[in-house]
Amino acid sequence: MNREAFNGHPLLQVCGVSVFFGERVGCRDVAFDLWPGEVMGVVGESGSGKTTLLNCLSGRLAPRSGSIRYASPESGSQDIFQIAESKRRALMRQEWGIVHQQAREGLRMRVSAGANVGERLMATGWRHYGRIRLEAEKWLRRVEIEEGRMNDLPLTFSGGMQQRLQIARALVTRPRLVFMDEPTSGLDVSVQARLLDLLRSLVEELSLSAVIVSHDLGVMRLISHRLLVMRRGEVVESGLTDQVLDDPQHPYTQLLVSSVIQA
Amino acid sequence: MIRRAILKAVAVPGHQIPFGSREMPLPFGWGTGGIQVTAAVIGPGDVLKVIDQGADDTTNAVSIRRFFAATAGVRTTTRTTEATIIQTRHRIPETPLQEGQILVYQVPIPEPLRFLEAREMETRKMHALADYGIMYVKLYEDITHHGRIATSFNYPVLVHGRYLMSPSPIPKFDNPKMNCLPALQLFGAGREKRIYAVPPYTEVKSLDFEDHPFRAETVAQACAFCGAESSFKDEIIIDNQGNRLFVCSDTDFCRQNRENGQIFLGGK
Repeated sequence: MNREAFNGHPLLQVCGVSVFFGERVGCRDVAFDLWPGEVMGVVGESGSGKTTLLNCLSGRLAPRSGSIRYASPESGSQDIFQIAESKRRALMRQEWGIVHQQAREGLRMRVSAGANVGERLMATGWRHYGRIRLEAEKWLRRVEIEEGRMNDLPLTFSGGMQQRLQIARALVTRPRLVFMDEPTSGLDVSVQARLLDLLRSLVEELSLSAVIVSHDLGVMRLISHRLLVMRRGEVVESGLTDQVLDDPQHPYTQLLVSSVIQA
Repeated sequence: MIRRAILKAVAVPGHQIPFGSREMPLPFGWGTGGIQVTAAVIGPGDVLKVIDQGADDTTNAVSIRRFFAATAGVRTTTRTTEATIIQTRHRIPETPLQEGQILVYQVPIPEPLRFLEAREMETRKMHALADYGIMYVKLYEDITHHGRIATSFNYPVLVHGRYLMSPSPIPKFDNPKMNCLPALQLFGAGREKRIYAVPPYTEVKSLDFEDHPFRAETVAQACAFCGAESSFKDEIIIDNQGNRLFVCSDTDFCRQNRENGQIFLGGK
């Protein structure tokens, strides 16, 4: 697929995705397109199916119905749950990055920060220690982790540093699409602001596409281009971020917007 | 049943085959896997040698040899060149093995990824997809903290360019011997219920980085008994002053050297 044709395609096409846990609804009939360079925010109260949706999109949870198509420059648009698991894993390693809500899920706490970043490189075939280290060092610097901490365990890092380390680890293979689950939750406000700044500049520089889940509307306002508002597993409203937040249509979105505490 | 597992193991070099491991007349960890594999391949014409850390005369080696002499009625030996089957714990004999010989390893933990990834489901998937990046993380950490790959035994290998395999806890000194060995290598893990194999003349590559290539450790001291320099040594403390003696870990190799007249007395 050549460049122009590719630019005319959405990167991710989500169509009628539903997940059930027994009788319970995980998410129902979610559909949207994500375009290259676009940041999609998913908001909603806790338990509304945001993380379930993200797990589906990132290939870790097969939906009961619906399709998720990802367009890669090599093989074109393909349903990520129809392709072989080996291919799906290769996509996860090479073209996607995932930042988990809990740093513990996304990091190996008992190996050094450098190795955490380097692991993605080694998984994609890098076999030169010196070069792996240089690349890891570069990314740690970009997420503002001092070189002196490179050989330390993430266990000894603060919460904000762990999140930044996760981001370095997710971005080191130059992914095209990043999934983030509450990347700023549990961080104090000043650290949140720095992290958001960092994310924004990285998204811009690398022309990343991203799906970001958060319950924090302030964060969403700053970082996402478009919003999906979820409630009880269903998307109740979607649109441009400013539009949704300034002129909410659905009663639930109105409630959500009006309950933000003004500092 | 075990023979079928062995055939499958030989057909897929380095791949772990599950088998119904049986109760053996010795505790797990003493060579139950090795005994079952040996019992499955041994025939009346075979000559059995058993070594434990290279030595023919340790309790376990003597008992296993005696066990097979009594139950299978086979001839036993301590000489590497005479044996058709060699059951070993944690060493490969110094004397080069030949075609027609079978080397049976006793394996405590067959899964090389076990200490990096505790979930069996996950490690199996990693093997299925040849997703071995995580093994390099361990080597990376070694270099980061010690300046070199400090893993000195149970050094992971890639068999036939496909499966990652634990060579059992042999010193990495022995790793190069596994590569393209004319003899058949069988691995039995009794407690973990796995059998795997390396057929003769199969490529066995120790993992490494381009800028930190695999290096087998060298032993600086010559053997105090036979004077051999190139062999793997045991370090023995001989008195309360902390004086030490280095002797060949492979007792049969040491004996051969001494019989050939290379006797060094006293050592240093």
